[in-house]
Amino acid sequence: MKETGYWTWFIISGLITFFILGLHMLIVHLDGMLGIFSHADGGAVVWENVIQRSRSQFFSIAYIILLGAALYHGFYGLRTILLELGIGKQAQQRLTKFLWLTGILLFLVGTYVSLAVRTMEAPIL
Amino acid sequence: METENQQKRNIIFHIRRFDPELDEVPRWQKFTVSVEPGMTVLDGLHHIKETQDASLSWRYSCRMGVCGSCAMLINGIPTLACNTQIMDVTSQKLTLAALPNFDIIRDLVPDLTPMFRDHVSIQPYIQRDDNKEMENPTREFFQTHDELEEYLQFTYCIKCGCCAAACPTMAADRKYMGPMPLAQAYRYNKDSRDGGQKDRNDVITASHGVFSCHYAGECSNVCPKGVDPARAIQHMKKDLVLGYLRLRKDKKPCQVVGIPTGESKPAIAAPEHTVK
Repeated sequence: MKETGYWTWFIISGLITFFILGLHMLIVHLDGMLGIFSHADGGAVVWENVIQRSRSQFFSIAYIILLGAALYHGFYGLRTILLELGIGKQAQQRLTKFLWLTGILLFLVGTYVSLAVRTMEAPIL
Repeated sequence: METENQQKRNIIFHIRRFDPELDEVPRWQKFTVSVEPGMTVLDGLHHIKETQDASLSWRYSCRMGVCGSCAMLINGIPTLACNTQIMDVTSQKLTLAALPNFDIIRDLVPDLTPMFRDHVSIQPYIQRDDNKEMENPTREFFQTHDELEEYLQFTYCIKCGCCAAACPTMAADRKYMGPMPLAQAYRYNKDSRDGGQKDRNDVITASHGVFSCHYAGECSNVCPKGVDPARAIQHMKKDLVLGYLRLRKDKKPCQVVGIPTGESKPAIAAPEHTVK
């Protein structure tokens, strides 16, 4: 049951990553044509535009969800590869715990950065 | 007579030999066999054993692609020796080896014990609560044609081990359950008469189980009986995910109906192959 849960969330996180990363790619590569998300001149990757997106509620939430989904998806894949090495049951449990803790830690760091940008008073130039 | 001789051809058999008492690692040995049209790889092996080397070992039984004993790696492809005509696969050289992804007992004899152990672990039989009816049946179980078709193709599996030998996941992860036991788990899970799905799912969802399949699909490509284990595994993953998300109801085993009349029923055609 535990593995079924892991696999189900692996699929769900893959779908989430596909759509939010798709949106991210759309903004970075096509916003020159679309011009929806980049208000300052110079394209989507100009610092002012990056900060502006990061401060919007929609993008903050979207990037935090993307971070969680990408971390889960990536770490599940890494776990699958490592389990194929034929390690023992106890080592498998330790590995799973280690990857969970690392993932959660990275998620907290990323979330902090994402939220910290929102509270900055002036753009950093 | 002359035409027969013209059709004959000398084929070199490169056979991977291994004697655990003498060899540390497998070695290759060449045999030349005069092959005529219609000769199978199994016939060629018999010819070598009778005329050139009596110590050559392989496993076989039915000679007609039913028992699955003579599965081996023929020119790099896991298949049945009794079902493969030599001239269909080569005009000069034939390479034979024991099935990969298994330990070798001797020469072309793989040790299929791990595969059968996993097969036993998935409880490959119909399980029901009404043991009395199971042991002393008084009536028939109700099963529609559609319900039968859901698992029929998977009943054709002869447990030869070709799927496991072709599986890249098995090559990387020797603890992986493998396509045959997983496909058989699906076969019984889908059987409307069965109620053992929960116990079976507990086994197949453990690590090195159904979720370790990377869907290379080679198991289905090499199956000599046209079974499609990759399809079974993917369907099983889908069923498990839907069950986890509570989007699918648990299956209830069908009830017994009617008293058998002894009358024959219309035959059901074999399902179309899902692998071309």
